[in-house]
Amino acid sequence: MTAQTNRITERMKAPEKVLSIYFTAGYPALEDTRTILKNLQDSGVDLVEIGLPFSDPLADGPTIQDSSTQALHNGMSTAKLFEQLEGVREEIDIPLVLMGYFNPMLQFGVEAFCKKCQEVGIDGIIMPDLPVDVYQREYQEIYERYNLLPIFLITPQTPEARIRELDEASKGFLYMVSTASTTGAKSGFGEEQFDYFNRIDQMGLQNEQVVGFGIHDSTTFEQATSTAKGAIIGSAFIKHLGAHGPEGTTDFVQAIRPGKPA
Amino acid sequence: MSTYHVDERGYYGDFGGAYIPEMLYPNTEELRTQYLKITEEASFKEEFDALLRDYVGRPTPLYFAERLSEKYKTKIYLKREDLCHTGAHKVNNTIGQILLAKRLGKNRIIAETGAGQHGVATATVCALMGIECVVYMGEIDIARQAPNVARMKLLGAEVRPATSGSRTLKDATNEAIRDWINNPVSTHYIIGSVVGPHPYPDMVARFQSVISEEVKAQLQEKEGRTSPDHVIACVGGGSNAAGIYYHYLDVPEVNIIAVEAAGKGIDSGESAATSALGKEGIIHGSKTLLMQSPDGQITEPYSISAGLDYPGVGPMHAHLYRSGRAEFISVTDDDAMQAGRELSALEGIIPAIETSHAFSVFDQKKFGSEEVVVVNLSGRGDKDLQTYIDYFNL
Ligand SMILES: Cc1ncc(COP(=O)(O)O)c(C=O)c1O
Repeated sequence: MTAQTNRITERMKAPEKVLSIYFTAGYPALEDTRTILKNLQDSGVDLVEIGLPFSDPLADGPTIQDSSTQALHNGMSTAKLFEQLEGVREEIDIPLVLMGYFNPMLQFGVEAFCKKCQEVGIDGIIMPDLPVDVYQREYQEIYERYNLLPIFLITPQTPEARIRELDEASKGFLYMVSTASTTGAKSGFGEEQFDYFNRIDQMGLQNEQVVGFGIHDSTTFEQATSTAKGAIIGSAFIKHLGAHGPEGTTDFVQAIRPGKPA
Repeated sequence: MSTYHVDERGYYGDFGGAYIPEMLYPNTEELRTQYLKITEEASFKEEFDALLRDYVGRPTPLYFAERLSEKYKTKIYLKREDLCHTGAHKVNNTIGQILLAKRLGKNRIIAETGAGQHGVATATVCALMGIECVVYMGEIDIARQAPNVARMKLLGAEVRPATSGSRTLKDATNEAIRDWINNPVSTHYIIGSVVGPHPYPDMVARFQSVISEEVKAQLQEKEGRTSPDHVIACVGGGSNAAGIYYHYLDVPEVNIIAVEAAGKGIDSGESAATSALGKEGIIHGSKTLLMQSPDGQITEPYSISAGLDYPGVGPMHAHLYRSGRAEFISVTDDDAMQAGRELSALEGIIPAIETSHAFSVFDQKKFGSEEVVVVNLSGRGDKDLQTYIDYFNL
């Protein structure tokens, strides 16, 4: 890759831990996307994952499933999201990652999708159901051309050799799924997760790790970031959006990580 | 070198692969590296063959349908999968997969079901082996296939309703996959058709291939030849079809006919005819043809038959379609119901409504009087009595 800089890479170099928030674009209302992004940035969030809704989100629990269904019902689509994101970089400077499922990206055209991402100012892409070998064989070159960082997932069951392979392929950060579960599990972390967090911490990986799935309050956020660089909150924020809309985002973020609005 | 079987990367031509979230990688990787090793062991084959013979009742007959042949002026043979224990071909696959699951040390089984036939076949083998069983079924299907729900419960399985999306087979499959993500170590997922990530399509096709293996021997006896001129099967995900095509895939003289559910008509907006309406994409971990919006959202299919009410087809069938190896025909609800009634009246066999679709081909297509046509009679119609009653005001 050329010496292009990327907002994710830059943020990962800073010493502070990373609080990342996921939301489903088009939820609760179709046109909330920009307001939500603005509120998250103003609340001091470090990185945002914008979810492109899909009809059949296999890795998601009921909360994100329902938000996706509602978003699609509201009229969200790939083209619509790119339209909403036009000019977003005039007001948002934190790193933005697009997260979705592979089929909508495939139908839009992978190259056209990546080109649009770069145009609007997306920094990285998480596609949980795009396998790393297919990515490397067919799409890596395209991602690189548009300066988009591919972010892959690891789980507590991922074998060591595979973790190294995924670390090798990932740029920006490695997404550490906290537990063997779909999104939105809320049982808190125990011995098993701490062992896993420590094991990964000691592997000397090239990428920083950001933990996702099951982070829902300040306790789980602190636990996850005791070893990892950052943590991602998804379902808990979607629930907040469902109940209050984009209002009160600062209170939500403050409750997770007190004291640091931008 | 055959071209219509899976390649070493898990593809049929452009289709197949394993497009799964990383959470499922260890599970599918375990299967991928083990399935051929295990299923080719002598002890596995012995146990599989013995259960198919003594428990399922194989070989199933190849029956010459005299009155049907007379009516359509051709030689029609019926492969009687309806006579399998539990009433359909589905059990061939569940016997194979339960033996595999045992050898992999799994102690919990999950499955999805549409018509309930695969759910029943899974609940049956779990009872046989004393293994816990959870079956996901769309809410709509629970209502229209009530007898099969009761059967699964009697067999000791838990039936969990899938309440998302169209509340049919697609959504039941999503829920089963999510369950597997949440229970990756203890659980084996018995997929009911030749769908899902590699190696499922090939694994299920191999277990179902016993159907055409038997047809070859039976035709030799009855007609002095191992190959028919035409084989016909209905395609939901495509497992009964894969089974009866399997040994003929690379025999070009055999014309392969695949029958899909047109629902209320291909252009009605209420259809499940994937080859006509689908585009290449990803569903349930496989690259295949599927019904979807221009934006890549999977659309909700419709068919009167719960087992064909699926917006995709297995990657083998997508490849058979694209390569032109198979001829795809679609049949509406009404035509299927009439064909089912006709088979009942002419041959004394009440077919499953899925299967009825295959018989409607005789109204759409002419065959030569000396040609041999084998139809896969994939299942019996007991589970569909209420639908037949309502449709014909019986
Ligand atoms: C009798 C029967 N035939 C066919 C099917 C369709 O499945 P497949 O296409 O996998 O054979 C089903 C599914 O439930 C069935 O019960």
